[in-house]
Amino acid sequence: MSATTPLPTPTFGGGYADGEERPRMGFFTDTSICIGCKACEVACKEWNLVPSNPLEFKGASFDNTLELNADNWRHVAFIEQEVALHPVGDGTLTMADGGTAVTDEAHGRVRWLMSSDVCKHCSSAACLEVCPTGALFRTEFGTVVVQEDICNGCGYCVPACPFGVIGRREEDGRAFKCTLCYDRLKGGMEPACAHACPTDSIQFGPVDELRERAAGRLAELREGGVDDARLYLSEDGDGVGGAGAFFLLLDEPEVYGLPPDPVSTTRDLPGMWKAAAVAAGTLAAGVVAAFLGGRR
Amino acid sequence: MGTSFGRGGATTFQQDLANADCILIQGSNMAEAHPVGYQWVVEAKLKGAKVIHVDPRFSRTSAMADLHVPIRAGTDIAFLGGIVNYILEGGREFREYVANFTNAPVILREDYQDTEDLDGLFSGFDKETGRYDASSWMYEGMEVSSGLGARMKSSRAGTGDVHGSGGAHLEHGRPPATDPTLEHPRCVFQVLKRHYARYTPELVEQVCGVPKQTFLQVAQALCANSGRERTSAIVYSVGWTQHSVGVQYIRTAAIIQLLLGNMGRPGGGIMALRGHASIQGSTDIPTLYNLLPGYLPMPHAGHHEHLADYLDDIRLPGGFFGNVDQYTVSLLKAYFGDAATKENDYCFEHLPKLTGDHSIFPVVMGMLDGWCKGFLLPGENPVVGSPNGRLHRRAMAKLDWLVVRDMVMIESANFWQNGPEIESGKVKPEDIGTEVFFLPAAAHTEKEGSFTNTQRLLQWHRKAVDPPGDCRSDLWFYYHLGRIIRRKLAESNDPKDQPIKDLAWDYPTEGPNQEPSAEAVLREISGWDAGGKPLSSYLQLADDGSTTCGCWIYCGVYGDGVNQADRRKPGSEQTWVAPEWGWAWPLNRRILYNRASADPQGKPWSERKRYVWWDEEQGKWTGVDNPDFNATKRPDYDPPEDASADAALDGSSPFVMQADGKGWLFAPSGLVDGPLPTHYEPWESPMANPLYGQQHNPTTETWDRPGNRYNPSEGHRGTENYPFVVTTYRLTEHHTAGGMSRTLPYLSQLQPELFCEVSPELAELRRLQHGGWATIITARTAIEARVLVTRRVKPLTVEGRTVHQVGLPYHWGPNGLATGDAPNELLAILADPNVHIMESKAATCDIMPGRRPRGARLDALVEAHGRGSQPEGTGASEGHKAGEAGGAPSGAETGGGSQ
Repeated sequence: MSATTPLPTPTFGGGYADGEERPRMGFFTDTSICIGCKACEVACKEWNLVPSNPLEFKGASFDNTLELNADNWRHVAFIEQEVALHPVGDGTLTMADGGTAVTDEAHGRVRWLMSSDVCKHCSSAACLEVCPTGALFRTEFGTVVVQEDICNGCGYCVPACPFGVIGRREEDGRAFKCTLCYDRLKGGMEPACAHACPTDSIQFGPVDELRERAAGRLAELREGGVDDARLYLSEDGDGVGGAGAFFLLLDEPEVYGLPPDPVSTTRDLPGMWKAAAVAAGTLAAGVVAAFLGGRR
Repeated sequence: MGTSFGRGGATTFQQDLANADCILIQGSNMAEAHPVGYQWVVEAKLKGAKVIHVDPRFSRTSAMADLHVPIRAGTDIAFLGGIVNYILEGGREFREYVANFTNAPVILREDYQDTEDLDGLFSGFDKETGRYDASSWMYEGMEVSSGLGARMKSSRAGTGDVHGSGGAHLEHGRPPATDPTLEHPRCVFQVLKRHYARYTPELVEQVCGVPKQTFLQVAQALCANSGRERTSAIVYSVGWTQHSVGVQYIRTAAIIQLLLGNMGRPGGGIMALRGHASIQGSTDIPTLYNLLPGYLPMPHAGHHEHLADYLDDIRLPGGFFGNVDQYTVSLLKAYFGDAATKENDYCFEHLPKLTGDHSIFPVVMGMLDGWCKGFLLPGENPVVGSPNGRLHRRAMAKLDWLVVRDMVMIESANFWQNGPEIESGKVKPEDIGTEVFFLPAAAHTEKEGSFTNTQRLLQWHRKAVDPPGDCRSDLWFYYHLGRIIRRKLAESNDPKDQPIKDLAWDYPTEGPNQEPSAEAVLREISGWDAGGKPLSSYLQLADDGSTTCGCWIYCGVYGDGVNQADRRKPGSEQTWVAPEWGWAWPLNRRILYNRASADPQGKPWSERKRYVWWDEEQGKWTGVDNPDFNATKRPDYDPPEDASADAALDGSSPFVMQADGKGWLFAPSGLVDGPLPTHYEPWESPMANPLYGQQHNPTTETWDRPGNRYNPSEGHRGTENYPFVVTTYRLTEHHTAGGMSRTLPYLSQLQPELFCEVSPELAELRRLQHGGWATIITARTAIEARVLVTRRVKPLTVEGRTVHQVGLPYHWGPNGLATGDAPNELLAILADPNVHIMESKAATCDIMPGRRPRGARLDALVEAHGRGSQPEGTGASEGHKAGEAGGAPSGAETGGGSQ
């Protein structure tokens, strides 16, 4: 993937006076220590009064939430895998890929990945770009929030998100998604999910600091032989300009249901409009030329 | 643990797990059931510790462990015994620790016979009564206290009841016959070696289905991470306790930790995870029939007519259980206040006395048999949580009255209206004569009080909101119930009523609801002296009636007039032990037996693992925690002959509650089923016991009667009808019987329906569809569940056969938002003979695709299946015909791989 047009520059800082700028705040989710307890899902719903889901067994391992949408702003994914068996050294325990070993050689090794997904609060947020009412805006913390009282339910934001995060509530009509607990941040508190997470898999703080921490953690894991560990959306140069909420994963993003190469869906819009304008202009010029030619 | 160490309670605290170099989690799904506590295991792992999870299925704990070991449910003693064998055969024990701090050197009697001699029994078994006479297990040269032994033969209550949890009764403090070189053939060390000699890695593979190499990895990891410089911790929970040999599982772990020298040391110990937020508190200030507060035993009718009889019987010659006079008299003063005087034995006569086993299962049988007429059921849901819910419903339907106190309408309260038998039309509400009262209860946020969590830590909590409507706290209920009963009996002259009239029942109340002050109760529990001054230690208790203390192990929680349980000094402002957050019993000690963190000379075993040590200059023990030892007793202290209680213990005896001050590798008394853990098969098992002719724990409590029939075990006709192992467990999203989770939408949506977990191999064998329905069947009943096919459950190879396991989370019942069948209905009622805990972790079953039939057809299915046949038209799925592919297989087709 290469960006043919530069991404629209996100505006951070939220209009602070010079010298009073505050850092961009976000999440670092270290899935290597997620125990799949779903405290994040519950805490989020309780704080934000998000409606509960219908009671249906989904059969997707221990995941009955399945996806992020208007009624699910934190979603814990469970991925059961069979990993090829590595030979085991004498007296040492297998820790080769951060996974664990079951002992039956015939069946290889079982691994159970767990990860709490959330809105990425992209640097280049397509949902925000396409919102016609301005309900979606960038806060002073650098996060992306829907203003419920302005949203008219047009739903443009829904297909715009490359991750499928935001959704509309059927009965209500409006669009809803994670606010990174904007109200809690204003009160000097951390988001509900980060507060509830017992193992600190969900870490909240200034994005710069989190990125440093994440790099350190990644190095630690790699040193321990966990070669599959990687960071996701931690760099500025990717298709969404980096994200306010980024992750440490133990496998390919697709395994977690995340797009491997997300691109802001509005990235090519300026170029498309330009191309359309050129085409229209050429057509107009052609029409004019045809008439002029005809009069001779 | 009480028998091995002297106190029945976790020996360390969850935060200390971060110090472990290796953590063995077995019989527990810690990340699932104690997710907040699990952060310290994660911390340990981040520091480089090895985390091993041994469990029949790969759970959320396994996902975070370094090694998961699938094991056949019910075979942990074989596994742990294998580790004991590995340690002893290779001379890998922490010799200096073992020789000085345990009873390894003690020589046993000549007439002691081991399970190796008697094909699975110990000496002293009486086939007729089904009980052991433990006299041959005694130390040589010590007489079994004549009173105790003889009495125990006659009463139904086992020695386990009488000893509470504070170690068992020896006549003298010091065993006369010992061999410090540990060579004498009858010394405990050698007896232990011989007892486990056949528990080889090959045997572990054979019995447990754990490949030899994997087993050795675990054994090696524990050994490599124990000793002076390193410590390992063992974590267990209900996966160990809910077996017919539950207590012995824990004993085996205790033996391992003593042999490896991990007890009383940072990052070591045994972290017993209780199954409930404050269940530690409900055994400390007990809701158990056989205990008084602080684990003093309940007195027995006929044996303990006077206070002196009782005290003489329970007083130990050495250790802190030598001071029972002080604890008991102070307790009686708390109960009866001014009415308790020296002249009337401090109202000891008023205490109810046991006449046998009054635990819940005999009482349920009593309801069925008609002699138990009434039942008070606060905060418990036996119809879902206990085994054989159907039998419980039948029992409660025969009561005259039933009072249920709970926050939500639990299944045990409206069984007469909403139970499965009502739904099927088998029983009509008008046929049930029980008068049922439902009293709404306040939630913990609506009342003041304390929690005592799994690490013996008391934490005070305040009231956040007033309880709605008629909801009231338990404290309010019992206080006013007592008050009203006393008012009604005020004019009575019947001596039977005197105990109630003599109770000290004057607690201050506040507010419009007349809520009793919980702090006042806490003050009484902590105790005060003759002048009303709060006490700070049980060492201040007296036996002359001058002190009052409602629970001696909690003495000091209100020391200095401060609610110590309410302290909340942030961890960042104190040491990692954090002694100023809450208050732990006893005396705010966080790691028990911590004298053992120093060698016999009082010096820490290593700098890395220093915790408590002897300061020669100051002449006392010091360290990062409150020493679990006489503060000024020198390491080289040698007790005089006539010393008693704790003065009878020498300076190298860290287990200060035990009569001899040592950790017990061999338990000469205190347990009714043997001094050493032995592998017995679960009561329902598809395998014959490969080690001994004795299949089961011979003293298991069983009730083989209609409605509670057991699945036949291996070797008996009909075993093939229930060819699979079934085990029950928990999910993070739900809470026990579901009252507090299946009624809440946010939790219900996370795990909305009951499901079973099966391996792909079993799914293929029984034609189960992932996402579809399955019916699981035992001799008691059949339930239905959604099917989750997963590789996290593996078929095991046991003795050359393939054994399949079916997993069921037990939280469901018909009430609430997320409803379903209750898996515990599949289980029969049977119990561990020491503590009367049900066996719910290993049983046998069959499984077939489709939903279960309802009503009479359900009974027909269950009955026919027990006979090995399939009745007409009652196939597992409505509409299936007998013998059709989806139906239950006949006896010939079993799960065994030998076919």
